[in-house]
Amino acid sequence: MEQLTSTYPPRCPFWILLSCALLLWACSPSEKNPNVTKEEIVDRHLDVLYWQAPSTLNPYLSGGTKDMEAASMIIEPLAHFDENGQIVPTLAQEIPSFENGGLSEDHMSITWKLLPNVTWSDSTPFTAEDVKFTADYCMNDEMGCNALVEFQDIDEIVVIDELTVQLRFKKPKPHPFDAFVGSNNPILQKAQFENCTGLRAQECTEQNFGPIGTGPFKIVEFRANDVATYVANENYRESDKPYFQTATIKGGGDAASAARAVLATGEYDYAWNLQVEPEILTQMSQAGYGEIVTGYGSQIERLMLNFTNANSALDLDKRSVYMDGNNPHPFITDFNVRKALSLAIDRNMLVEHGYGAGGAPACNVVPAPLRFRSPNNDSCTESNVELANQLLDEAGWIRGDDGVREKDGVKLSILFQTSTNTVRQGTQALIKQMWSAIGVETELRNIDGAVFFGGDPASPDTLQKFYSDVEMYTNAFLGNDPESYLANFTCDQITSPKNDWLGTNVNRACTPEYDKIVTELSITADPQKREELAILLNDTVIQNYWLIPLIHRASLSARLYSLGGVRMNGWDSELWNVADWYRIEANVFIFKEAEVSN
Amino acid sequence: MGWLIQGSSTNSMASNVAVKQTIDYDQSMWYVTWIAFRNHKGALVGAAVLGVIVFAVLIGPFIYTVDPQYVDLSIKNQGFSADHLLGTDNLGRDLFAQLLAGGRIALAVGLSAMLLSLFFGTLIGVLAGYFRMLDGPLMRFTDLFLALPLLPLLLVIILLFRDVLRAAIGPEAGIFLLIVFVIGVTSWMQTARIVRGETLSLKEREFVKAAVSVGASNWSIVFRHILPNMLSPIMVSATLGVANAIITESTLSFLGLGFPPDFPTWGRLLFDGANFITLAPERVIWPGLAISLVVLSVNYIGDALRDAIDPRRRQLTV
Repeated sequence: MEQLTSTYPPRCPFWILLSCALLLWACSPSEKNPNVTKEEIVDRHLDVLYWQAPSTLNPYLSGGTKDMEAASMIIEPLAHFDENGQIVPTLAQEIPSFENGGLSEDHMSITWKLLPNVTWSDSTPFTAEDVKFTADYCMNDEMGCNALVEFQDIDEIVVIDELTVQLRFKKPKPHPFDAFVGSNNPILQKAQFENCTGLRAQECTEQNFGPIGTGPFKIVEFRANDVATYVANENYRESDKPYFQTATIKGGGDAASAARAVLATGEYDYAWNLQVEPEILTQMSQAGYGEIVTGYGSQIERLMLNFTNANSALDLDKRSVYMDGNNPHPFITDFNVRKALSLAIDRNMLVEHGYGAGGAPACNVVPAPLRFRSPNNDSCTESNVELANQLLDEAGWIRGDDGVREKDGVKLSILFQTSTNTVRQGTQALIKQMWSAIGVETELRNIDGAVFFGGDPASPDTLQKFYSDVEMYTNAFLGNDPESYLANFTCDQITSPKNDWLGTNVNRACTPEYDKIVTELSITADPQKREELAILLNDTVIQNYWLIPLIHRASLSARLYSLGGVRMNGWDSELWNVADWYRIEANVFIFKEAEVSN
Repeated sequence: MGWLIQGSSTNSMASNVAVKQTIDYDQSMWYVTWIAFRNHKGALVGAAVLGVIVFAVLIGPFIYTVDPQYVDLSIKNQGFSADHLLGTDNLGRDLFAQLLAGGRIALAVGLSAMLLSLFFGTLIGVLAGYFRMLDGPLMRFTDLFLALPLLPLLLVIILLFRDVLRAAIGPEAGIFLLIVFVIGVTSWMQTARIVRGETLSLKEREFVKAAVSVGASNWSIVFRHILPNMLSPIMVSATLGVANAIITESTLSFLGLGFPPDFPTWGRLLFDGANFITLAPERVIWPGLAISLVVLSVNYIGDALRDAIDPRRRQLTV
């Protein structure tokens, strides 16, 4: 720049001014912090890649894991699940138990004692009022809260004193660790969200994009579906943490480019959810910059079967709308069809193609913890095309001239959608071929992940709207108890325009019997009985083929070797302990120098 | 055309001669064009390459009968072999068969979208250039389209009309029509501007004034005098249009939009192969090469046609 101006002297004052302004602008960052070297800036900056870009920082308004995780750097729950699925206190002094008096003997209440002297990032004190407000915020019927299942059965929340809050239940609740445990239901600041309750929740963009939190970071700038910029929260309760002074979560691209940015080029510190063909990951890891970290939780890649009519010829107020069961899907509501679709799938082949060591064939919707895992469905790992064909023949689905089965003018023709990802498209192609062997015609569609998982009620392509017959994605539950997860499939959780398409029952299948067992599970204390009921619920979902589980996936992410403190967690947000992350070597800037000098 | 022949048949012999000469010149124009075209070595090579590719994608699937969509994991990631000429992808699908199938789509999309955009462009260009009254509004309309960011527009159009067309005529035909239409209606602006400019200059020429003075109708003037004299720039836009359409289709497929994901198009092959670029570079090289070759040879042909059709640019003296 300087050379340029001296070689070509500017001819008019405007250019002089402009050059000066540019020079000043170019020099200003280093003038601001004369003591901080370039290396230190890089060293103390955390670069995270979430190829599905976060679209909001309010997890109560989004079903996307990416949103929950991006928010988990800012707002915190009372307790987290650690990498072993155990509950560990975060904003609570201790985990309530019978011994410390936090749990009542009749299972009717749970009392949380909050950490003293915790402040929000705006320096105001964190109190029990905030906890109460958050529960009321989500339990507001008009809002369509995404984490509502975590708050079910809560009768009222009582603030006992500034640091003690009691959750009282309508009925005995033996597993009370749903509300405020895990990153999907963190505490919001009452002062900030006071005017954003009910119908106004979606409108409060400023609040939803910039929640004030108690976590190690606070938001500087949030650009939806692009990038989130954080700085360390100077009011964080542990004064020496976090190690990183700034952080970004960058969205966009795809899983393979994210893996490459960490493993093959070392440009980023951490990349999330690497659903990439195993042979590619193996090759990238050989570059020596970083490694794959895995953690098995309860993630199940599954096929959701739409029980409502998703025909695109229908009016928008009918399409994929449950209408109390009066809008059934023309053939997925036939049990034999669903069973045949599952029988035809060779899950081992899907694992071999897309997951390798990062996945295993799955036959249950609750694959873990082991004590909740049903032993009754393991036969699904073997595909059985003959039986599937036989079932369809017997059910009256006859092959037409084009090889596609039909009955009463209804063709077994499926529109199958998922997010854009080469592994998923490969899986789609494999499943299409497997289904063609039983006379089912499949049309594939892929939708950009940011849209598919974005949950935007205005978009027709979200997984919640489900404008197709079958869709594939992964879902999981946080923590070590599947109660609230299994409550996802109850009738009142059906996604519909009524709840702004925010319900969790995406496939719109439900029975009163199932709902009854869910209720029973919620009031059962005996651990063994709980296991039995959870397995019964799992078997109801699986044996009625409400959905077709495909693969038990490990959480698969990548970290640079120079990033320390990562405790890969399949049970909670992967960023759950981001406050403890640190830089192992000081000389990592070697990899990143180019980035800074640009 | 009609009025001149009619007029001349009832008029003097001199006019008859003129007609005859015109017809002669008409025939020889193509001959002269061919001579000039032949002189353009790049265009000849381009035409040969394009010919081979067109021949291959049209005839190829009947000779090389491997199903491009057939998945077989037991033969995944293979290299060249007798069974699979260019090897297989990570699902065991035959790469050569996919290339041939993708080529049909690329060429079909390219040609149809080109014809559509040529039609729109010429229509609007001629109207704007010929009728002073329409000039302002039509050109502002063109500016409007030029100012639109095309890719986002394409995405929105596809989102809005995908389901409607799919229900009406099926998924693959529906998306084909949609893509052709979308590329067609978003790429006519350059043609329109060129055609308008040519029309403006042509309509001031003596032969047009003469036609006006003997009472020729507007349409006959446009079809008999204006359009034939603009053949050169229109041909060039046509060739550029083909190239542009193929690239746009590839872009859409590369973005994971457009045709269903298991439907092999060149752009889709690139998209799927991009992750494997270090593992199996041939997976992106072949479709990339195919796109480049077609676009390049079409551009060369267009270049040579422009030189060959326009007598003022002809380097060859006949």
